[in-house]
Amino acid sequence: MSSGLYSTKVKDFCQTLDLTKVKPYGDTMNDGKVQLSFTLPIADDERAIEAARQIGVKMGLNEVLVAHHEALDKEFTFFVVYGSLAQTIDVTTIKVNTINSQVLDMHGVDDFIKQNIGRKLVVVGASTGTDAHTVGIDAVMNMKGYAGHYGLERYEMIEAYNLGSQVANEDFVKKATELNADVLLVSQTVTQKDVHVSNLVELVELLEAARLRDKVILIAGGPRINNELAKELGYDAGFGPGKFAEHVASFFIDEFVRRNKK
Amino acid sequence: MKSKLNLDSVAVEKARQAARAIAEDTQRFILQHTSVTIERTCARLLGIDGVDSYGVPLPNLIVDNIKNNNGLSLGLSAYLGNAMIQTGKTPQQIAEAVAAGELDITKLKMAEMFEIRAKIDIIARQTMDRISANRQQREQYLARFGDKKGPYLYVIVATGNIHEDIIQARAAAAQGADVIAVIRTTGQSLLDFVPFGATTEGFGGTFATQENFRLMREALDEASEKHGRYIRLCNYCSGLCMPEMAAMGALERLDMMLNDALYGILFRDINMQRTMIDQYFSRMINGFAGVIINTGEDNYLTTADAVEEAHTVLASQFINEQFALLSGLSEEQMGLGHAFEITPDLKNGFLYELAQAQMAREIFPKAPLKYMPPTKFKTGNIFRGHVQDTLFNMVTIMTGQKVHLLGMLTEAIHTPLMSDRALSIENARYIFNTMADLGDEIEFKSDGIIASRANQVLREACAMLETIKHDGLFKTLEMGKFAGVKRPLNGGKGLDGVATKQEGYFNPFIELMQQGGKS
Repeated sequence: MSSGLYSTKVKDFCQTLDLTKVKPYGDTMNDGKVQLSFTLPIADDERAIEAARQIGVKMGLNEVLVAHHEALDKEFTFFVVYGSLAQTIDVTTIKVNTINSQVLDMHGVDDFIKQNIGRKLVVVGASTGTDAHTVGIDAVMNMKGYAGHYGLERYEMIEAYNLGSQVANEDFVKKATELNADVLLVSQTVTQKDVHVSNLVELVELLEAARLRDKVILIAGGPRINNELAKELGYDAGFGPGKFAEHVASFFIDEFVRRNKK
Repeated sequence: MKSKLNLDSVAVEKARQAARAIAEDTQRFILQHTSVTIERTCARLLGIDGVDSYGVPLPNLIVDNIKNNNGLSLGLSAYLGNAMIQTGKTPQQIAEAVAAGELDITKLKMAEMFEIRAKIDIIARQTMDRISANRQQREQYLARFGDKKGPYLYVIVATGNIHEDIIQARAAAAQGADVIAVIRTTGQSLLDFVPFGATTEGFGGTFATQENFRLMREALDEASEKHGRYIRLCNYCSGLCMPEMAAMGALERLDMMLNDALYGILFRDINMQRTMIDQYFSRMINGFAGVIINTGEDNYLTTADAVEEAHTVLASQFINEQFALLSGLSEEQMGLGHAFEITPDLKNGFLYELAQAQMAREIFPKAPLKYMPPTKFKTGNIFRGHVQDTLFNMVTIMTGQKVHLLGMLTEAIHTPLMSDRALSIENARYIFNTMADLGDEIEFKSDGIIASRANQVLREACAMLETIKHDGLFKTLEMGKFAGVKRPLNGGKGLDGVATKQEGYFNPFIELMQQGGKS
């Protein structure tokens, strides 16, 4: 009974799920519905609306609908756009490198260390290189933690050292040696021209030169990091957005036990 | 309940008395008439279902048989009961014979009315028992799982395909929805028949058919078991087939139905005489089946100004309340409608919304008020839309609205995507939890904007009802007092389906439901 503009379009496409040709789902299988919002640096007029529509088309969308346009300033216009994605994804051929450890909570991690390791693990973390952002490393390490997930400092069986930001790789390696670290956490938040990649690689090289690489569990984290990339760069694991202290800890306790069994 | 608004209780009582007089005046007219859909409803409740080879429903064919022979005024049940006596066939077999052109039930020798009544009474009671059993089953579910305290989260599905609707409904239930409303395909309200079977093609909604009702009920029962709470099903009991929809809903255990003749008159141009007559019987069935009705006052504000015309909503709620009582519906089944539709640009608009919602809550304390989200001032800016819905959610939790139709950030763009519904449910649950008891903590200034606004709307509604009492409801509708829409007494659709009852008119269900209607 509401006054919404109901879609009266006939749905004449195949509505069977095919995992080799997956499309976004709006309200019908294979409708391909996607929602975009963006701003164009041009004045809000008919030409701008057409430009927004053409952006949708160039992004591979069919039936592009410019649902909303609004001037943000004389020469900036904000858009909300809907369309149906033409492209499909074959999910059956996708291979991802996932971390297969079972995720325990803080108490679970502490209990596991007591039973299987019998001593505190030393974890040293830092935001290395030129990166001044500590949000990532703090989320994982600080007592308070993030979004209700306590950080490693609160863990009874973990001795956590958060070295902060802009730590040079050389200093990081030196400190890790001093503290006799079991685990190294490297955070990279902001990056330009992929500087985080070269910085992460440099650390691996330094560790190898100091013959420390095999003695530590080396983990990278940050919004642009995933496990796939981290492994490629010579790390043991990588954690992206939405991962908290317990994910990281669950991984390194498993890895620690696995290595020491050999 | 202590009034937070210092509502003028004398004005409330006066308005209610005026509405009572208006409803009783119209009721005298209603009781003298029947309609094709009322008789088709009797056919359905007596076991006639299915379609002929052209897809025409058998209830239509058998009622057309009596209508074409001027038999409508005696009622289908009289002819059908007689045909059962004369032919020894079941109602379904008789309907099939009529459909095949082999039988004209108006041309048979008429048995004694006493015998006819006895014959029909047996089947009618079986159907009433089935509906009572459905009601009991709902009550058992609610006893087992407990009923939701606080607002019901009500969402729509509208894909046009009942099977896809079920997928959407399951996802919505998993996300936390309490009521699933299956939106009807555009224009079904104007069909003078109910389509048959499971359907997969509709425009902006899905055909309301008994089979579609059954399929969705089955899916929601599974979801109820899975999530440990009873998920209610809502559909439409409006348009030209009001009582047939009510009957189908009662047979398939729907829990909630949109059921408002005034809505049909104003927004679908259905003839006012026809639909008032139909509404009475449909509400009687809904009352008996334990269905919560939803009335459509919220729609007035989508066409008329929500500030200027707020009193028409209240006046209509008073009238709807009285018509519902006359049909045997309890107050707990009256989902009287209103809406959050004041323009976001109005200074203190939120205060007016709060005032009107609190006013409705205090005037109809037992009614599960149906509160509609903002739609009129949704622009396509989904981010602002989400904020509008948040304010709407706040009013609901602060004033104890019950049937809470979730606003969609994509209102005015498309029927809800699965993700739209999820975002909307998340928003409402957040607000309802974080502000759970805010309403109890708040009192309003006795001479403040909110209390003054509520009393002003009440005064205007009271004056309007006094005028309607004087002019009569039909005259009022002709003058365009509701939603700014004028409708002539003999205009609109469906008037040719109305007949004046003659001496001896027989409808077994009205009698049975009046005996045992109320729980």
